[in-house]
Amino acid sequence: MSPSLTAFFYLVSAVLFILALRGLSNPETARRGNALGMAGMLIAVLVTFAHPGMRRDWLILLGIAIGGSIGAFIARRIQMTALPQLVAAFHSLVGLAAVFVAAAALNAPEAFGIGIYGDIRAESLVEMSIGLAIGAITFSGSVIAFAKLQALMSGAPITYPYQHPINAVIGALTVILIIAFVATGGSQPLFWLTAILSFALGFLLIIPIGGADMPVIVSMLNSYSGWAACGIGFTIQNLGLIITGALVGASGAILSYIMCRGMNRSIVNVLLGGFGTEGGAAAAAGAAGERTVKTGNADDAAFILKNASKVIIVPGYGMAVAQAQHAVRELADTLKKQGVEVKYAIHPVAGRMPGHMNVLLAEANVPYDEVFALEEINNEFSTADVAYVIGANDVTNPAAKTDRSSPIYGMPILEVDKAGTVLFVKRSLATGYAGVDNELFYRPNTMMLFGDAKKMTEQIVQALGH
Amino acid sequence: MDPNEVAAEAARISQQAEALAVHTRALAAAGIPLAGHGVEPFVFLFTIFVIAVFVGYYVVWNVTPALHSPLMALTNGISSVIIVGAMLATGLSRSGWATAFGAMAVLLVSVNIFGGFLVTQRMLQMFRKKAK
Repeated sequence: MSPSLTAFFYLVSAVLFILALRGLSNPETARRGNALGMAGMLIAVLVTFAHPGMRRDWLILLGIAIGGSIGAFIARRIQMTALPQLVAAFHSLVGLAAVFVAAAALNAPEAFGIGIYGDIRAESLVEMSIGLAIGAITFSGSVIAFAKLQALMSGAPITYPYQHPINAVIGALTVILIIAFVATGGSQPLFWLTAILSFALGFLLIIPIGGADMPVIVSMLNSYSGWAACGIGFTIQNLGLIITGALVGASGAILSYIMCRGMNRSIVNVLLGGFGTEGGAAAAAGAAGERTVKTGNADDAAFILKNASKVIIVPGYGMAVAQAQHAVRELADTLKKQGVEVKYAIHPVAGRMPGHMNVLLAEANVPYDEVFALEEINNEFSTADVAYVIGANDVTNPAAKTDRSSPIYGMPILEVDKAGTVLFVKRSLATGYAGVDNELFYRPNTMMLFGDAKKMTEQIVQALGH
Repeated sequence: MDPNEVAAEAARISQQAEALAVHTRALAAAGIPLAGHGVEPFVFLFTIFVIAVFVGYYVVWNVTPALHSPLMALTNGISSVIIVGAMLATGLSRSGWATAFGAMAVLLVSVNIFGGFLVTQRMLQMFRKKAK
């Protein structure tokens, strides 16, 4: 196949990827979008096989067969609640692959037409080392994110002394090493030293970041995996890779931005880490002692729900942890049968990755046209009789609007306090991730339902039955 | 080395050389108008990169928030197009190390391609409208 024709087919695959993303603008067209994405990938792989002088087809096919079977197996078996860690794991693979391809380009530049071994164009060396560094950071950062999400390590922010100076020094060293790498015309030891330092940087950057900030981090690593692909695309001068990497990079960046906006924090603030560790617990304990809380059981809740005409369900990460999504759907079905209008309200940062709650509700067969985003539904709370808050906390805290000293001040919240009654399913009065007390617990129109989210919801369904 | 192998290798190299010649000619032809303006190829790649970022920006803002999780899984799948680099390294390199790195990368990224697209498909199949 001539190089021009090859380039043309890479363009076709890039266009298919753009159309795939375009398809996600609506659940109706999304499945076709995904199919277009697969077609784009197939074209890219086939065209690469047809590259003049390609050998070792069997080795490549073997790699695809082994990797593909593992991937397909995981995709079928994975629990929907475990999606965030799966996505983090996938990001790490792209990062590591970028490191390997950069290493291959250094050892066999002739394969990509960027020179011969020991004599690679300086420009290609720069691009190679950028691809290498971003790939390595993506890899180690995603491994830590995976470990935190999978609870292999504590989800609490882990801070260490001189955190920021250490990172700054490593970052500066990495830049110096890259310059030296290019100046020496591609020294192997410097290449691997850059890789090691970048691995360390990714590791140290993500360690201090707490579990509930993971939506931002997973999005950011998504973006990095795109930029890494871009860096490799520049190195091997492949337009398909550059375009696709740019699409993914932009996508991840937008998601990070949306998540940050959902918390009213800057990306720098999130990256500095350590959020929610200072003093919050003590303040909460003091406040809880003075005020009274109205508590209820499943029968009380069923009574209130039965007499409502409109109920808005507000799910949070606690619903995912308790695997309560099916019970919630049952509750909604029971209420609908009794003529109650039921809607769902989702905060942008609910869960551990963007759109996490939507997928869980979809898994439980909740129709997507009953599920609404914050700005779509926020002014409906005043017309709702009951807000059923299950596993969410900080995202409903009115302090975000009123208390300037609160760490979550300015964060957009779901205004559940405007509903007639707020039913709060929670295991205890403990503070949420931000470590701030939620004054909603002490309001007269709030009823706390202490217990496991799933069990409590099931009990309410039972109580509604008779 | 077996003479047959040498002959096969020679034929392969001549094929590669021929393809390279075609490539060079194409590049030279493309280079004539460009060289006149003294523009480096990097600038072209970079131009396309910047435009692609903008395309990505506008396309992704149109994605409905309900589908942000599938979006992440899908971008995971498509960023695995890096397999192109991994395949070229495996298939064209004359260094054992590069072949090994390339093949490892092919394997890793294949996990992602199949995993990413299939998990997206699984998620999207769950999104249903209200039964009327």
